[in-house]
Amino acid sequence: MAPASKTKIALVGNPNSGKSSLFNQLTGLNQKVGNFPGVTVDKKSGFTTLADGTVVEIVDLPGIYSIYPRSLDERIVSEILLDHRSAELPDKIVVVADATNLKRSLLLLTQIVDMGLPVMLVLNMMDLVAKAGISYDFTALSKRLGVPVVAVNARKGEGIKELKEQFSKPLAVSQQPCFTIWEEAKAPVKALRDALGVDNDYEAYLYLEQPDSLKFLPADSKSKVDHIRTGHKFFPGKFQGAETIQRYSYIQDLLNDITLRASDHSWKKYSNQLDRILTHKVWGYLIFLGLLMLIFQAIFAWATVPMDFIDALFADVSQWVGAALPAGPATSLLAEGIIPGLGGIVIFVPQIAILFAFISILEESGYMARVVFLMDKIMRRFGLNGKSVVPLISGVACAIPAIMATRTIDNWKERTITIMITPLISCSARLPIFTIIIALIVPNETALGFFNLQGLALMGLYLLGFVMAIASAWIMNLIIRVRERSYLVMEMPTYRVPKWSNVGYTILEKTKAFVLEAGKVIMAISIVLWVLASYGPGDITARAQESVQQESANLRLTEEGLQDRVAARKLEYSYAGIIGKAIEPAIRPLGYDWKIGIALITSFAAREVFVGTMATIYSIGSAGDEDETTIKTRMREEVNPETGGARFTPAVGFSLLLFYTFAMQCMSTIAVVYRETKGWKWPLLQFAYMTALAYISAFIVYQVMR
Amino acid sequence: MGLVRNVAQMKPGEVGVVSGFTDDHLSVKLMEMGCLPGAPVRFNFSAPLGDPICISVAGYELSLRLEEAATISILN
Repeated sequence: MAPASKTKIALVGNPNSGKSSLFNQLTGLNQKVGNFPGVTVDKKSGFTTLADGTVVEIVDLPGIYSIYPRSLDERIVSEILLDHRSAELPDKIVVVADATNLKRSLLLLTQIVDMGLPVMLVLNMMDLVAKAGISYDFTALSKRLGVPVVAVNARKGEGIKELKEQFSKPLAVSQQPCFTIWEEAKAPVKALRDALGVDNDYEAYLYLEQPDSLKFLPADSKSKVDHIRTGHKFFPGKFQGAETIQRYSYIQDLLNDITLRASDHSWKKYSNQLDRILTHKVWGYLIFLGLLMLIFQAIFAWATVPMDFIDALFADVSQWVGAALPAGPATSLLAEGIIPGLGGIVIFVPQIAILFAFISILEESGYMARVVFLMDKIMRRFGLNGKSVVPLISGVACAIPAIMATRTIDNWKERTITIMITPLISCSARLPIFTIIIALIVPNETALGFFNLQGLALMGLYLLGFVMAIASAWIMNLIIRVRERSYLVMEMPTYRVPKWSNVGYTILEKTKAFVLEAGKVIMAISIVLWVLASYGPGDITARAQESVQQESANLRLTEEGLQDRVAARKLEYSYAGIIGKAIEPAIRPLGYDWKIGIALITSFAAREVFVGTMATIYSIGSAGDEDETTIKTRMREEVNPETGGARFTPAVGFSLLLFYTFAMQCMSTIAVVYRETKGWKWPLLQFAYMTALAYISAFIVYQVMR
Repeated sequence: MGLVRNVAQMKPGEVGVVSGFTDDHLSVKLMEMGCLPGAPVRFNFSAPLGDPICISVAGYELSLRLEEAATISILN
């Protein structure tokens, strides 16, 4: 059976309703993240096998409170459910309800019932409801709503079998309308149904209410809708509040009839006591700070073990391929372009995995909402949102997943500012550059007894990036003038022990997204850079060999030394070298020569390429990229022909450090910002302001220290 | 009290009943989340810097900014 003909079942529900747990229970490792056509919202889908052997597709839609969207992610749900002719329209819809808050979930359920879609209700977390002393009459609930009701415990996997049985049965559309459309709206609804042949009244009503969710309509139908809307003086949002009240009064009546015992709320006490500590004015911040330090420690210390291993592995493979295959451009492209390019992506996997392990644990446990709660007022001063904290923390590992994490911020301005400043947070790709240059210019000494100067310098750079990010946010907050209200209104979920399999799925999903998203760009740029660095006008290999042989005829170099010199000379003659020389006048005021210029260009794919390029330029390629001492020694010995002194003076070193702290030296980030903001405006502005910041600060520090 | 009070003016631990909203746009969001006229609301605690605040409504905890809380009128 072709995948397209499989039954498609969509999971919808409130945030924190356990929808993801249920999705993971149903699909296991059999899931993937894709995109909905035309939009950047992640589409999580997977497959599950029913008792009779049929395979059905499960789609996990973003969490929503009602069919009226309030953010980018939420809009996709109403778009999919309104477009009854689309291939994305699910055959069956499952509303996942947090049974401890059934009332709120029923709002969404009644809306979907009224849209005339086949739907069933899953009551999750019934164990917690039972603990609170409540029970529901499922039969009555199912009868009143006209939809099947299944109780599950998604965390423990209870009720999954019954749910799958329900999936096998045909699902009829409920014939029990929950909502009566207003008298004033009846005429436009009828006009719309006549004009467009929309299936039912509520669906037509939503066409009138949500003009922004109708992207799927052809232009002429859309103008018909607009025409009917203006003709009947119907403006979107007019009846939304009244609709909510009407639905809740219906739901309250329903709940009064089906609730068998009342609640005493005693099980919530635990959560409240934890909040007393975790949102305490002293302990709250101290605990958050401690957690941050733990995350940084994990990213920078623990992750180095697997990272070193990956680094060495790719170096070995590259060397082995270079030696085993016959020499030629294809081998060179593979050994020097593609394999190191792949390595440059895979090396970040440990840090990304660790970072998302932490973030997912914090989110699963309910703590993240408290972090937002603690930080909102501080962040708001800078035009950010409490929810900006997660992207800013993630930025320490890599800006790419960090920028993808900004989608939870509903407010456009706050989200844009968060995206714009996140790359200023020093990511892990800057670390190799920082380490090597700091080692070159800062003495490895202790000050005041226990502060290592090199460590202090490194910490200073991270702080500098953070301070500059906050300062930039503050300035952008003044510049970007948008009269869009910013909201926080956010559920504070009950504290829970994280479900470890959910943490595992999140790690897998995020790592995969990173490898694929960033990977594509890094890979492409790596190949382009390989071409630029390997080819030049004419036969540069011959020219390099000739010139090296001429000048070192009486130097009695070893074969290896000779090869390294040829490689360095070849790079000088290549297109990369030519570009490096061309930009020399522009970077001279920062204290750089054309050799550093080449490294600036090549490190555009990924900042850490700087170190590898330095190794090649200074003709120590064969010593291996990972041999830091060799590069350091060689860089220290490099002479500035103009002054006769060292090339890497403290002035040049600090200038480089500042440049890399602020510069947007990352193609993948530009690509992801383009994707997330749907245009070139913001990535270009971001590139411009960060480059300006980098150039000016590097210029000042070089000119002052020189 | 004859004065109309709002959630932002409540003290920690205080309980009231939602009587209405002063902001149409925000009221729609709040009502969708179960914060309806007639619902009991309890002010739990505020963030260390006084804003945002955490309230209990409709059987769960909700956090919102003071300016948002100020749009919810209460009776008590």
